[in-house]
Amino acid sequence: MLRFLIGRVLQGFLVLFALYTITFFLAKAMPGEPFTSEKNISAETKANIRKLYGLDKPIWEQYIAYPKNIITEGSFGISTSKGRPVIDIIAQSFPNSLMLGLCALGFAIGIGVPIGILSAVRKNSWIDWSCMAVAMIGICIPSFTIGPLLQIYVAAHIPGLKVAGWGNWEDILLPAFTLGLVSAAYLARLTRGGILEVLSQDFVRTAHAKGVSPTQVILKHTLRGGLLPAVAYLGPAFAALISGSFIVETIFQVPGMGQHFVNAATTRDEFLLLGLSLFFGLLIVVMNLLADLLTGLLDPRMRHSGGTD
Amino acid sequence: MSLLKIKNLKTYFHTRAGTNRAVDDVSFSINKGEIVGVVGESGSGKSVTCHTLLGLLPQPPARVEGGTVTFDGGELLTLSHSRLRELRGKRISMIFQDPMSCLNPYLKIIDQVTEPILIHEHVSRQTAEGRAIEMMKKVGIRDAELRAHSYPHEFSGGMRQRVMIAMALVTKPDLLLADEPTTALDVTVQARILKILHDLKDDLGISVLFVTHDLGVVADIADRVVVMYRGKIVEQGNTRDIFERPSHPYVKGLLACRPTLETQYQTLPTVDDFLQSEVGADGSFILSERTDAKKRLAGLQKQLKCEISDKDNPTTLLQVKALKVHFHSGGGFLGKPRKTIKAVDGVDLTIPKGQTLGLVGESGCGKTTLGRAILRLQESKSGSVLYDENELTTLNRSEMLGFRKRMQIIFQDPYASLNPRQTIEQTLTEPMLVHKIGSNHSERRDRIVSLLDEVGLGSNFLLRYPHEFSGGQRQRISVARALAVEPEFIVCDECVSAMDVSVQAQVLNLLRELQQKRNLTYLFISHDLSVVKFMSDDMIVMKNGQVMESGNAEEIYKNPQSEYTRELLDAIPKSTLSG
Repeated sequence: MLRFLIGRVLQGFLVLFALYTITFFLAKAMPGEPFTSEKNISAETKANIRKLYGLDKPIWEQYIAYPKNIITEGSFGISTSKGRPVIDIIAQSFPNSLMLGLCALGFAIGIGVPIGILSAVRKNSWIDWSCMAVAMIGICIPSFTIGPLLQIYVAAHIPGLKVAGWGNWEDILLPAFTLGLVSAAYLARLTRGGILEVLSQDFVRTAHAKGVSPTQVILKHTLRGGLLPAVAYLGPAFAALISGSFIVETIFQVPGMGQHFVNAATTRDEFLLLGLSLFFGLLIVVMNLLADLLTGLLDPRMRHSGGTD
Repeated sequence: MSLLKIKNLKTYFHTRAGTNRAVDDVSFSINKGEIVGVVGESGSGKSVTCHTLLGLLPQPPARVEGGTVTFDGGELLTLSHSRLRELRGKRISMIFQDPMSCLNPYLKIIDQVTEPILIHEHVSRQTAEGRAIEMMKKVGIRDAELRAHSYPHEFSGGMRQRVMIAMALVTKPDLLLADEPTTALDVTVQARILKILHDLKDDLGISVLFVTHDLGVVADIADRVVVMYRGKIVEQGNTRDIFERPSHPYVKGLLACRPTLETQYQTLPTVDDFLQSEVGADGSFILSERTDAKKRLAGLQKQLKCEISDKDNPTTLLQVKALKVHFHSGGGFLGKPRKTIKAVDGVDLTIPKGQTLGLVGESGCGKTTLGRAILRLQESKSGSVLYDENELTTLNRSEMLGFRKRMQIIFQDPYASLNPRQTIEQTLTEPMLVHKIGSNHSERRDRIVSLLDEVGLGSNFLLRYPHEFSGGQRQRISVARALAVEPEFIVCDECVSAMDVSVQAQVLNLLRELQQKRNLTYLFISHDLSVVKFMSDDMIVMKNGQVMESGNAEEIYKNPQSEYTRELLDAIPKSTLSG
């Protein structure tokens, strides 16, 4: 087990390093540069600013300097567009995104999984058909359609609720619903598929032959195996949910991390871009590892072989 | 007095393709403390009968159309779901064919074995666990206290089937329904499981309904036998009577077509030698005995195994020396492999041209890997494979191509080894194109037609897809595919193992006939000693990647030298009470 963990952590570092390399060179390949503005800045001033950020050095030195600074100083660089340390920007915006993401996830699991189970148990009934139709719609309609529609509905029918903003606890409801809807729909479909797969296995027939009641057949014999596909999906989905969505955060004016992804790219803010990418990569790596550990917990056959790889 | 009485049971499957009368007017009964064997080929309705009793069939498409099933005085078929659940696992238990898939992989053994007790009896968990462990010991699971807390994947196939039996008997039921419980197991394991069942029957005083396709198994264990064919019972009676004096032509055919260690035929009789079926006016089958059955059989018996004439001076076609194939398992990213599995560990063998070498062993002994390594479908670690005096192991891809034309393989599973998206014509054309046989389309098509004719299929099958064929027909197609490039040497890897005995006889006959006609050389791999003996001139016995014994097939059966071979021979169910 320990060996497996160490292996996976090392693997994670490799993934992050590869991610860094790709992002770094992509950022360098971007046309334009961070300090272009309407104001006329003299060439000398520009050179000074570049020097300040260490952008005057040869590209290979820059490539090495960034990870070196992370390790020696714990610094992810200073945002060229905001003039603040990247780590501060993340520290300020991530909690909001995390909060929103957790609520969206709770909503997705709370709705998606039960619907999936219900659909599987009532396979090919009208309940199944309608649940899956709704799930399909949930997957198909983008959040920039659902979000505004929700806002219009709430504005017209539910007086106490604000359509956008951040500060009170109820402000989280609308963005969480919008953000979680797609995941809920995916989870419903994955859970249904997983449970149907397990229900077709021979050991379910064995359970019936033992006199196990239909409810227990689902809860005790089917659910663990049936949830495996959903768990595998949840790892990366969770990371994506908590790292912020530009669209949802913009629609509902949530001061989250999503906006920075887009802003960093449009302002050629390469340090912010690198910092955010690495942070997002770290989240993905950690969540995938957690999902694999959870898979091992659910499926004893996965425990000794070391995860799903 | 009878414990279970089935009367005029009819279970049909209603599908879009039509109605399948899976069980059609079946009546038999089981007395207390009796083992009744229900025998039949796939599709005979034997398993459906068994599943109908406990209401385990998916309905729809299945539907019980009529009949009564009386269990201990009460009617089973009209019971409500909840009343039926009270019987399941308590008074009537069931064990299934595949112990690999019939235990829940997510739950500990102890939780699964105690489950029937906890459902049906009001006892504490502790008592239930005590009884479960006691029963597990009874079926021969050593260190039951310890092993009870493992998961199914940590058990071997035979051990899992013991767990199934313990789980079924832990509530001390009156009736055990056993649906092909030993089919997926090796012969030695099968022998042990059968002994356990037989002992427990006496010990606990239960009745057993034993469903199987294997007549040999029934002869070993059953008091009475019911033979089913196409949903109907064709014959039932005492085991001894059925084996010694079968009256129905189908049963006669079934008994005769199974190669036994004593078989002296050159060609096996098939069910068709005994039975002819006509479709009656109402769409049902009318079975009758062929008038010339006796003559046919006598004709077959005349063709005794003839000695191969040029045996004095056979040229060696294939020689394998000290071949090793090792697999590595465990160890993930950056990890060293933790375990080396020596699948083939220093095997020598020689096959003379035109002869058959039988290769026999239980699952996991490395026989399939050996066959694949000879054809270089699997790379070997060391050793040499000399084919017609050419060393194969050092050849590169293009050099090997020439030999691929001369060496072919037929796989076990005709369902999986044919591409479902290719027509039969495409399947058979492909190897010809690879090896540039036939100059144009029509020439290749002519060859295919004659190939199909040779394996007993008509040319009207050309444009059909594999799913439209039965298992036996598919294996004939596989044979035709192997023959398409006119090879000299064919590896038959368990190529009749998935088949009913009557179909098996036809395919074995076909292989022998082709061997004589085309002077083919076979490496015949099987776990079934009787089949290997029927096919082979020489044979080798493998265990754990090594050769335990080799020599003339007849000699080995008469006078086995190694302990393991003796054990294998003893484990074969003695199907021939009649001798």
